Amino acid sequence: MSTTAAPLDGVLPRLPLGEWTERAVEWATSTLGPAFDGIATVVDTLVEPLNNLLTGAPAVVVVLVFAALGLWLRGWKFALGAAVGLGLVAGMPYWAETMSTLAQVLVASALSLLLAVPLGVFVAENRRASQLARPVLDLMQTLPAFVYLIPAIFFFGIGTVPGVLATVVFSMPPGVRLTELGLRQVDRELVQAGEAFGASPWKILLRTKLPLALPTIMTGVNQVIMLALSMVVIAGMVGAGGLGDVIMFALAQVEVGSGFEGGIAVVVLAVVLDRLTDSIGGRFPAARAQRAMQQQS
Amino acid sequence: MYLPAVFAGKAIVSAIAVKSLYKIFGSRPAEAVRRLKGGAPRAEALAGLPATTAAVIDASLEVRPGEIFVVMGLSGSGKSTLIRMLNGLLRPTSGSVEVDGVDLGTLKPAALRRLRREKISMVFQHFALLPHRTVLENAGYALEIAGLPRAERRERAMEAIRMVGLDGWEDKLPQDLSGGMRQRVGLARALAAGTDILLMDEAFSALDPLIRREIQDQLLELQAELGKTIVFITHDLNEAMRLGDRIAVMRDGRIVQIGTAEEILTDPANDYVERFVADVDRTRILTASSVMEKPHSVVDVNAGPRVAARALRETQTSVVYVTGGQQRFLGTVTEDEVSRALRAGRQSLDGHVRTDHVRTVRHDTAVADLFGECAESVHPVAVLDDRDRLAGVIPRITLLSALGSLTGETDRPDDDAPPSLVDEAGPDLPAAPSAMDLGVAGAPMADLARVTTEVRGEPVAPTREKEETA
Ligand SMILES: Nc1ncnc2c1ncn2[C@@H]1O[C@H](COP(=O)(O)OP(=O)(O)OP(=O)(O)O)[C@@H](O)[C@H]1O
Ligand SMILES: [Mg+2]
Repeated sequence: MSTTAAPLDGVLPRLPLGEWTERAVEWATSTLGPAFDGIATVVDTLVEPLNNLLTGAPAVVVVLVFAALGLWLRGWKFALGAAVGLGLVAGMPYWAETMSTLAQVLVASALSLLLAVPLGVFVAENRRASQLARPVLDLMQTLPAFVYLIPAIFFFGIGTVPGVLATVVFSMPPGVRLTELGLRQVDRELVQAGEAFGASPWKILLRTKLPLALPTIMTGVNQVIMLALSMVVIAGMVGAGGLGDVIMFALAQVEVGSGFEGGIAVVVLAVVLDRLTDSIGGRFPAARAQRAMQQQS
Repeated sequence: MYLPAVFAGKAIVSAIAVKSLYKIFGSRPAEAVRRLKGGAPRAEALAGLPATTAAVIDASLEVRPGEIFVVMGLSGSGKSTLIRMLNGLLRPTSGSVEVDGVDLGTLKPAALRRLRREKISMVFQHFALLPHRTVLENAGYALEIAGLPRAERRERAMEAIRMVGLDGWEDKLPQDLSGGMRQRVGLARALAAGTDILLMDEAFSALDPLIRREIQDQLLELQAELGKTIVFITHDLNEAMRLGDRIAVMRDGRIVQIGTAEEILTDPANDYVERFVADVDRTRILTASSVMEKPHSVVDVNAGPRVAARALRETQTSVVYVTGGQQRFLGTVTEDEVSRALRAGRQSLDGHVRTDHVRTVRHDTAVADLFGECAESVHPVAVLDDRDRLAGVIPRITLLSALGSLTGETDRPDDDAPPSLVDEAGPDLPAAPSAMDLGVAGAPMADLARVTTEVRGEPVAPTREKEETA
């Protein structure tokens, strides 16, 4: 740590926190090595094909697919905007990097949600777990993003895998939080109705709580994806490739032009992903019905 | 309407039996129960226990098959807590709940869920419909939970929807319906479940008065038709009086009185109940039988004109009420008719009985509906029981003075005869209306019992000259 003497030196014993952490990580790498290898393989087999698909496909096709999604979910204005924005990116030199960032974001978000939603359900049903999870989630959200990279590098070295895994961990909290919130917000009387007609807790979860919580859970999905995008860019620092790489390089070389181009690509991706996922939530029948009810009262 | 119900071959006295039930929310429930059992008032008993609420204290009640049992009380008196223990949504802190003879406390969670599917369903204050499901899907919810195949589910849900008068709306979403219609879906869902018992927690409280009235009528009709056992929670006294065969009044977690609407109005258990019922419209609740008097002169049609004449002379009245076979009320004879019959030398009053001088009403007619009848009746209105026997009469002046005391504060003129007189009447007058017969129609037992006792006294029992002369 620092070499200047802190005022409390000699008064308080100095905790060898850094040393402990190092040892814990060493122990983990040696004993959990095989498990980490397994995880790395899984992430790789998910990211690689998607990356290949997105970078391999002609840019026009990708732009059109997004425009079509935009048309279906939000209407023609947004479709046009998405086409123009992505077209612009396609016209710049970093299309391939943009697509590999997209692949990483999609895989990381999917993995993150796969963990976050069940965890959110568990936490919503279990008060003790909720109390335990809250400070942990708080901590996860206040830690600076790049802190996640350090253990990731320790365990997985340099490359796409640690980048994606750090992203999964970093983007999880809103997924857990909003799933819990959505489930807890379900009208108590509706849950009681399920119980009163003899439904099992499981049926109540599947038929009452989850459908009604879906709009809130979708807000969580949206936030997870946004966080994942920001993290994937930062993961460029550990050689995850993609736009992060471009921006890091531009920063290091003070190349304003390519830094700006990379930045624009990130912004376009962010806007398109945000608007698309935002409108998916509103399309669920429960969401529409709830909105209609709210307008009445 | 108490129907003697027989389930699985053995007669069951009560659909729900609750014994000494307690529900305490807070950290030391057992300690709270121990102190309350000592008989201390709630505030005193819980003095040393912070953040502890005694929601239900020592509640005992029985709900009979086929009746509407109303639990009434102010907000926070523990009604919802009580009703939620009846189907095990809440576990009692102490005491027992039996449904159809099964003690809920002995059931494992799965068995409890099965009992809810098969025996007890519930209607909620804010309807609790799934907003993203159609009326039909909501109505069939219980059946879906029970795992019925789709076609059968649909059929039974449609039947329930028709019962509540919502056919044509089955494919709409709850958002397309008015509040009253939504609650009818809630009712249909409970009916489709096919359980014998319905729990209704403030089911109509969220509706406007007019719609509320309508759905109350509908509930009464459905209940008359289907004979469900209903436990109905309300904080609205008029609703309680309208719907309830019997009413339990709750205060601060305790049941302070259980009785029919009339019993609670005419004989409140304490000051609290009395103040509670002070501003109810009694003329809508009290019935003819609670204001009627014993008729002074009643003769059997075969007793002949001489007996009638003597009755007129002895009672100093101008009209005699005549009964026929099985004591059925036939009509009246006036002085003129009697003397005409005497002059003609008739042995019977047959042919002289007039039906146009007296209006008749049923014993359970609301007092509010008596005014017109009294105004149009030449002689005091005749009150008939369910077998058309003369139960009493209501002279105009009696109605007016009853009205005065009903709208007045505590003056209750007819509060002298204890109901226990029923037992003393003895079985030696088989034809006389018995309290049980009258009770079958949901009539107020205590009042009728009193009247019955009077009916059994000599003035009402028709004089049988035949027997004397023979
Ligand atoms: N889950 C709970 N935890 C703690 N206290 C509770 C709980 N449920 C009810 N209570 C308390 O128990 C008491 C009785 O509540 P309950 O809901 O049974 O009353 P109620 O008669 O139904 O009132 P309302 O007419 O307002 O519905 C109240 O003081 C309430 O605050
Ligand atoms: Mg309540």
